[in-house]
Amino acid sequence: MVNETVIKTVNLDCFFGTQHVLKNINLEVLPHEILGIIGPANSGKTTFLRALNRLNYLHRTYSQTGEIFLDGREIHQLTDNLLRKKIGIIFALPQVLPVSIFDNVAYGPKVHGITNRQAVSQLVEEALKRAYLWEEVKDRLPEPAVRLSGGQQQRLCIARTLAVEPEVILYDEHCSGLDPISTAKVEDAMQQLKAHYAQILVTNNTKQASRVSDRCAFFLMGELVEIGPTHDLFTNPRDKRTDDYITGRFG
Amino acid sequence: MPENSHESVASHTVPHGPEADRPTFWTRTRRRIGEPVVEACIRLSGLAVVAFVFLIFLFLLKDSLSLFREYPLGQFLFGTQWLPISDPPQFGVVPLLLGSLYVTAWAILICVPLGVGSAMFISEVAPKHLKNVLKSLIEILASIPSVVLGFLGIIWLAPVLRNTFGLSTGMCGLTGSLLLAFMALPTIISISEDALTGVPRTYREAAYGLGATRWQTLWRIVLPSASSGILAAVMLGIGRVVGETMVVLMVTGNAPVMPRSILQPLRTLTATIAGEMGETVGGSEHYFALFAVGLVLFAITFAINFVADLFLRRARK
Repeated sequence: MVNETVIKTVNLDCFFGTQHVLKNINLEVLPHEILGIIGPANSGKTTFLRALNRLNYLHRTYSQTGEIFLDGREIHQLTDNLLRKKIGIIFALPQVLPVSIFDNVAYGPKVHGITNRQAVSQLVEEALKRAYLWEEVKDRLPEPAVRLSGGQQQRLCIARTLAVEPEVILYDEHCSGLDPISTAKVEDAMQQLKAHYAQILVTNNTKQASRVSDRCAFFLMGELVEIGPTHDLFTNPRDKRTDDYITGRFG
Repeated sequence: MPENSHESVASHTVPHGPEADRPTFWTRTRRRIGEPVVEACIRLSGLAVVAFVFLIFLFLLKDSLSLFREYPLGQFLFGTQWLPISDPPQFGVVPLLLGSLYVTAWAILICVPLGVGSAMFISEVAPKHLKNVLKSLIEILASIPSVVLGFLGIIWLAPVLRNTFGLSTGMCGLTGSLLLAFMALPTIISISEDALTGVPRTYREAAYGLGATRWQTLWRIVLPSASSGILAAVMLGIGRVVGETMVVLMVTGNAPVMPRSILQPLRTLTATIAGEMGETVGGSEHYFALFAVGLVLFAITFAINFVADLFLRRARK
């Protein structure tokens, strides 16, 4: 069990105040896979992602029960900082910091104590290459990052996450604000990243989930309805509700 | 109107009396007369503010210029002696200017770290209930009349400072600085706190998502993003300190001499005007000299507020 799964949740329940947002989620993430999570709005997809790196705890009323394992270790054994270094997240809107392109990517390594300038710039270059952004920005690294286009900003955010050398990358509807061409570029980058990382993709776009993910999970009203290989889930869903959702009958 | 409602069906059949016409009449009147009147009132109040500022400035300028018909401008600006009732009188503004500068500089040194620190605590660290308590306490702090603070300064702070530093009198620049710092704190705290709270949540989440600690996020991301707002808060705090009169009049010892140390009695621009205005003869040289001091003060506060405004404008962008 230890090395077969990267992330494993056991009886995970999440609450905001008295609201029961996630109900008894048992789910595993395998190495090198992209796990798609689909479901209508308010079904707890984002909460699930943010439970994995404990970002939910930024809300004062949040509480959770159950266990989450990363590489076989319960995540509460790790500090927040180390956990978030290992599980990187890309948000729905590109959250570039108001500094230069270079500093955006360099921020993570610096936070984790890498001060050697050469080491930092090497990390930055490598991260940008892996995020398929290097060719487009290599001549304009000192420019403010907000000048990049939306798709470039989102890939910059991916590069920024890669620069801290995570084990898992979470994507929270990270293509919702992008045009089809930028989306395709970001998806290309994700396919390349499979060689190194496990990835979890939350999306409202079922087409994207079917295109990109290896396995797919369907969340509804805080419950994990169904999980399986993407092809099976989309062509032959076991649950009626999954069928209704992917054929567009609701949601 | 309300008693009509149960007869609403009937009112359709009854021919329109004067009462039925009233709403439309009022609507029409309001459109034709009311709106232009309201608009004119608003425009008038806007113009009035501009006119007031302009007139105050003109008035100050006119009376101060009267001084320079008899007393040379250079001697006023660079003279190091303020002896208004000696013969011939000396109206050198430098000791007063330096007095204001000393008191202000020390007040700022004390209140900026304290104020920005409290703002950081309130916006980033304090749990919600404590936050609310602190914010209302700060509002109460802002509402303490300055004369009450001056009173506390005389009976409590001055003796404490005298004993601590072994001074001949506790009525000195530092007493004034401490009280002024206290007065500027609410301004600095509340505006800095607004600036810190206004930093987009996304910046924080991005930093936290990368594994930055709370302190790293605050220091490297939140504080730089809020820096313009914090600078504006500091400038407004300075403006408040420079212009404050009652406290400095009461506790700084009122000695219009060249200050060499913050621990000696001195006098500020504001205290000079407030303290001497009652003793002058209207239209005398001394009277006009006080107006000239007022003009200097006006120029300083105007410059400070202008700079603060520049920062605030940049903060909003």
